Amino acid sequence: MSLLEIRNLSVEFQTVAGNFRAVDGVDLDINETDLLSIVGESGSGKSVSMLALMGLLPWTANVTADKMEFAGLDLLTISSRERRKIIGKDISMIFQEPMSSLNPCFTVGFQIGESLKQHLGLDRKARKKRCIELLDLVGIPAAEERLKAFPHQLSGGMSQRVMIAMAIACNPKLLIADEPSTALDVTIQAQIIDLLVDLQNEKGMALVLITHDMGVVAETAKQVIVMYAGQQVEQQQVDALFATPRHPYTHALLNALPERSLHLDRLPTIEGVVPGAGDRPSGCLFSPRCEFAQDDCNQAVPAMESTGGSALRCFHPIENADRGQ
Amino acid sequence: MSDGTVGSVAIGARKSSMLRQNLKEFWYYFSESKTAVIGLAFLVGIILMALTADVIAPHDPTVQYRDCLEQPPTLGADKCNFAFGTDYAGRDMLSRIIYGTRLSLVAGGMVVILCLSIGIVFGVVAGYFRGWVDIVIMRIMDTILSVPGLLMALVLVAILGPGLLNAMIAISITYLPHFVRLTRSSYMTESSKEYVIASKVAGAGKFRIMFITILPNCMAPLIVQATLSFSTAILDTAALGFLGMGAQPPAPEWGTLIAENRDLMLSAPWTVTFPGLAILLAVLAINLMGDGLRDALDPKMKRS
Amino acid sequence: MFVFVLNRIALLIPIFFGVTLVSFGFIRMLPGDPVAALAGERDMTPERHAEMMAKLGLDKPAWQQYLDYVWNLLHGDFGTSVLTNRPILDEFMELFPATIELGVTAMALAVIIGVPIGIFAAVKRGTIFDQGIMGLSLVGYSMPIFWWGLLLIILFSGVWGLTPISGRISFLYDVPTVTGFLLIDALLSGEEGAFASAMHHMILPTIVLGTIPLAIIARQTRSAMLEVLSEDYVRTARAKGLSPLRVYGLHALRNAMITVITVIGLQVGTLMAGAILTETIFSWPGIGKWIIFSVFSRDYYAVQGGLVLIAMIIMAVNLIVDLLYGLINPRILHTSS
Repeated sequence: MSLLEIRNLSVEFQTVAGNFRAVDGVDLDINETDLLSIVGESGSGKSVSMLALMGLLPWTANVTADKMEFAGLDLLTISSRERRKIIGKDISMIFQEPMSSLNPCFTVGFQIGESLKQHLGLDRKARKKRCIELLDLVGIPAAEERLKAFPHQLSGGMSQRVMIAMAIACNPKLLIADEPSTALDVTIQAQIIDLLVDLQNEKGMALVLITHDMGVVAETAKQVIVMYAGQQVEQQQVDALFATPRHPYTHALLNALPERSLHLDRLPTIEGVVPGAGDRPSGCLFSPRCEFAQDDCNQAVPAMESTGGSALRCFHPIENADRGQ
Repeated sequence: MSDGTVGSVAIGARKSSMLRQNLKEFWYYFSESKTAVIGLAFLVGIILMALTADVIAPHDPTVQYRDCLEQPPTLGADKCNFAFGTDYAGRDMLSRIIYGTRLSLVAGGMVVILCLSIGIVFGVVAGYFRGWVDIVIMRIMDTILSVPGLLMALVLVAILGPGLLNAMIAISITYLPHFVRLTRSSYMTESSKEYVIASKVAGAGKFRIMFITILPNCMAPLIVQATLSFSTAILDTAALGFLGMGAQPPAPEWGTLIAENRDLMLSAPWTVTFPGLAILLAVLAINLMGDGLRDALDPKMKRS
Repeated sequence: MFVFVLNRIALLIPIFFGVTLVSFGFIRMLPGDPVAALAGERDMTPERHAEMMAKLGLDKPAWQQYLDYVWNLLHGDFGTSVLTNRPILDEFMELFPATIELGVTAMALAVIIGVPIGIFAAVKRGTIFDQGIMGLSLVGYSMPIFWWGLLLIILFSGVWGLTPISGRISFLYDVPTVTGFLLIDALLSGEEGAFASAMHHMILPTIVLGTIPLAIIARQTRSAMLEVLSEDYVRTARAKGLSPLRVYGLHALRNAMITVITVIGLQVGTLMAGAILTETIFSWPGIGKWIIFSVFSRDYYAVQGGLVLIAMIIMAVNLIVDLLYGLINPRILHTSS
């Protein structure tokens, strides 16, 4: 059953230098219990598209879409009040910097309890009980004492666990995790990702994992969307993506993984930089950096073509890439 | 050596074109704020007014027209028609206000120059030497700050005697802590940066590091503070003038003008209203300019 | 918490000495003969001079005089007024409540109006409300306060006759002093119309004194809020689906409060300076007017004593502000050094 349907989502920011299109024509389909990973570099628009879904963008952002439906509700025309009823309850989001995402003035218990009070109307005793349950669930020891702790007394990993507890407090149908482990120590990263995947299984919720770490994608995702410069360029099942990447960008990303270059002298890189506001190429946005680019690539922007469970935005996709090494 | 001269000329040329580039960039951001530009224009106007007072003032500010005491503002060419009216002694308000620009600008300028020069030296010395030098300087500044500015200025003028010069000195002393603190804190922030270490490694001496390497990078907040202090100095000078401790009559300082005519404020309100309006407009213009300066110099706001 | 308080008090000690040094030195720095200045007599005979010098303690070495001075201060002896021959502390305490009353109402006005409009301007950033509020606030603190006062008197008292020109209460009423706060005393006295008269007299001075703090508080609240609004935890609060009132009024404001309280604390000094001018204009019988009078009448002990007292009061207020910080943002309590 389709939980989330997005068609042709675009986000434009008003800046001094004119309008900047951060997200360009994104399509998304998520069912219950899906685990989707959105991959891309910084500036690919992966975070902005999810923030647009949540309604968390600043006033300078102009969000347009053909369709944006969550569990039957039309998110495009919904009123702010209606939106606030589902945000934090049915859809939740956790962010990259857990240390600064918690309010330094209030205790952990207070901040988790707020969601419970707002959406579920629990009384103080029930809230306390539920908070302790949640902290146990996310693996925080000595939960009852922790309720009285202030955010600055927690480590990065603990803060992120608290954020996760807050996000799942009302048993959401969809959890969006925006680079949840990037700002954490390497040893903690794996723990947090594992926690998210476990919770997703236990609670039967859909999880969207935004990341730039292909290793995480390989281990956790079922579906993968690759984004570049605000556009979706490829979508595939995870195994297929890693075995037979069809878009040159995906191909180059995978090549750049150290694990895949053990037999080489130098690490492959992708030359050039992601286009910003002022230097958007004509035609395919990746063409200036693409090693397989041909003449027609910079004439027109390729459209997104879907076949079955996968999609691709390329005039000359890679066929039969030999990934057997 | 020819290489040296060519090199240094090239560097010199690059420096001056970089300066021009910085100025252009600065003007771009500054002029984004129309109000800041208006403020600047107004300030330029006031400066011109001060410079050309002898020419543009319709009357001599000290001449008393005994037949035209306390005349309301009237236009026209009759004998007792004065654009801003006359004061208790029959002097032309407009001319007195125009000449007053000189006193206010001088007061503001003096205060800023004194505060910048002394404040920067103290701030840099405190920031560079640290230790007990730092502690002593900062405690002195804290002491000055613990007394409200006007009160401190009053006490100082009580010691030094009333008059515009003493008022300026007193006001400068009360503003000094702000400049010292600001210099010291940006100095300390900058001095832990790597370009300073690079300078030291290259063999730069103490003096050079303090004033040539680090100081220019601390100037932005100081410039903003200087602008704000300019406007506040005009206000405080007027306040002291109003209390009788600043510029003494018959000097046409705006605050003194208000004090002189206070007894007639109900019967001849123009004598009090116009000087105050002059103060307000001058201070407003400088504050608008200062806001624009702050926005233009603040790196956080810059959009590339 | 206790350590925090001790810490803050310890920092004040050097300032205390600094201020006492300044006020002590003030008399020594006066032009002319300090003995003549303090004794209030001129052309004294050498014997009289020596007599006064001994009486005033001016024959002892300077450092000893200073220590005596500080010792006296700590025992509440701030010297005696040359004019009235009464202890300075007594004179100060008599007049202080009038200044407090005016200052508190002015500050209340500034905070009650300034903070909300600052928040409003931040939330409605870029709109005409924001620009209008900021424009007005700019005009507000660019004005000379004494001119503003005179202008209001001209309009409201002179032209329209709506408010009294000066004083704390109409001379028709004789309210016995209980607390020194006329509003309270008027209520206590039960005299009909006394309270109303006191309130009536308070309107213009409060507006005049409160204008500049209001403008500054509005501005600084707005900029503090703007900074906080771009923080991650505000995004988290919004992501939880909390109402805007809660997001801005609780989550954001709590963090902005540090800056706002700092600003309010800083305004106390401005209020004192403003009080000097406001009391002069409205003939308000408070500390400000007293200090001016003392300066003009060469009552140097009064000026010296007033300086120290005012500085001490401001230090106390700053201490309270510091303590409030710790309460509002616990991070400061735990990490303060």
